[in-house]
Amino acid sequence: MSNFAILVDGLRVVRGGNEVVRGLTFSVPPGFVTGLIGPSGCGKTTLLRSIVGVQIIAAGSVSVTGSVGYSTQNPAVYADLTVRENLRYFAAVLEAPSSDVDRVLSDVDLVPQGDQLVGSLSGGQLARASLAVALLGSPQVLVLDEPTVELDPVLRRDLWQMFHSLAEEGRTVLVSSHVMDEAARCDRLLFMREGLLLADDTPAALRARTGSDDLEQAFLRLAVA
Amino acid sequence: MKTLATAQRILTQLRHDRRTVALMVLMPTFLLVLLRFVFNSEPMFSRAAPALLGIFPFTIMFIVTSITTLRERQTTTLERLMTMPIARLDLLLGYAIAFGLVAILQVVVAASVSWLWLGLEIKGGLGLLTLIAVLDALLGMAMGLFASAFARTEFQAVQFMPAFVMPQVLLCGLFVPRDQMATVLNWISDVLPLSYAVDALTHVTRSSDVDGTLLRNLFIVLACAVVALVLGAVTLRRKTP
Repeated sequence: MSNFAILVDGLRVVRGGNEVVRGLTFSVPPGFVTGLIGPSGCGKTTLLRSIVGVQIIAAGSVSVTGSVGYSTQNPAVYADLTVRENLRYFAAVLEAPSSDVDRVLSDVDLVPQGDQLVGSLSGGQLARASLAVALLGSPQVLVLDEPTVELDPVLRRDLWQMFHSLAEEGRTVLVSSHVMDEAARCDRLLFMREGLLLADDTPAALRARTGSDDLEQAFLRLAVA
Repeated sequence: MKTLATAQRILTQLRHDRRTVALMVLMPTFLLVLLRFVFNSEPMFSRAAPALLGIFPFTIMFIVTSITTLRERQTTTLERLMTMPIARLDLLLGYAIAFGLVAILQVVVAASVSWLWLGLEIKGGLGLLTLIAVLDALLGMAMGLFASAFARTEFQAVQFMPAFVMPQVLLCGLFVPRDQMATVLNWISDVLPLSYAVDALTHVTRSSDVDGTLLRNLFIVLACAVVALVLGAVTLRRKTP
């Protein structure tokens, strides 16, 4: 076993003439929930796309240990199929056992909507249907782009519990969010702003380092430092 | 396996959209019936029908594929698939199988109605005619896939239909026989693949011979479909900017 799940070294990404990721080097340890926290437009999605290998990069390298499950920010599911039909197709592509379909449906609490067309789901249900696809095949590394936005607080708590139980099984969960109150739910944090990392540490260490109990205040102090 | 899963997925999507299926299968037939009564003459209809049996599946598959692939690119389902262990060929062949089946249905219905009711003679047989029209539909599909890479919006994708398809329709010999066109136009029609499909379809309705020219024309249509599919595959990039 290596001591990292994701290793990013000198990563630079240029999009539309702008350098959106400006030379990042960090690693994500296996078996933790790591939060990638930063404002909208700071390069989170581009960084995650680089990690899953669909982003053309200008320099540097990214390596990931083990299989990856990826959930995009926009729900990447077919609107004209039912939830179950979507899952069956992606399971076939991933060569995941067909029993996975029912497992992930109950993981994201969508069993009652299983035979409903994706196009008729609510925003929160749609986000969960897309998240369910990322859980197929029990990947070693989960890369989730804003998976909990727009969700009901109860459901959000349940999903965070699920992320932590996945991490306890030894899997790696990398979750992005622009909502600061989600930072406190992570084991480790990557604070990102304008294409650079402000911090890569545990919430407790960040609170201690910035002398602030509030992570939003910690982010502010790091940003203006 | 993943090819078949993809084909099945697309057919399931179509099954949930019955109106589209009805339009795809019945529209060419309806237009041929309309044309038959507009001409009000069996010989004139028999002259135009073979070309149209090629043009309809070609055009419809072009539109359907360019919109479907554009949608896959925009809803990021394609991005998700590109993070998974699936070859681009699996996707392309899945599309080809699913839309190929729809094209067979479309052509069999249109050709049967033309033959049984509208008085079109098919000396070379319905099977051969269907084969040519399906190759032609696959050509339209492959070109649609290629064209979709250049469309940013669905509006643009729809505009590509007249851009890619109409010149081929005008120059394929439907309106004026190709050998009577001005030399330059004749040259252009010589490099457009639809011309060969229409020549082959016209031949099959008038003669039961499977001669060298027919085989050559079929080969050209097939080769162009393969080239367009390869170009389409190049546009399905695993990594994007």
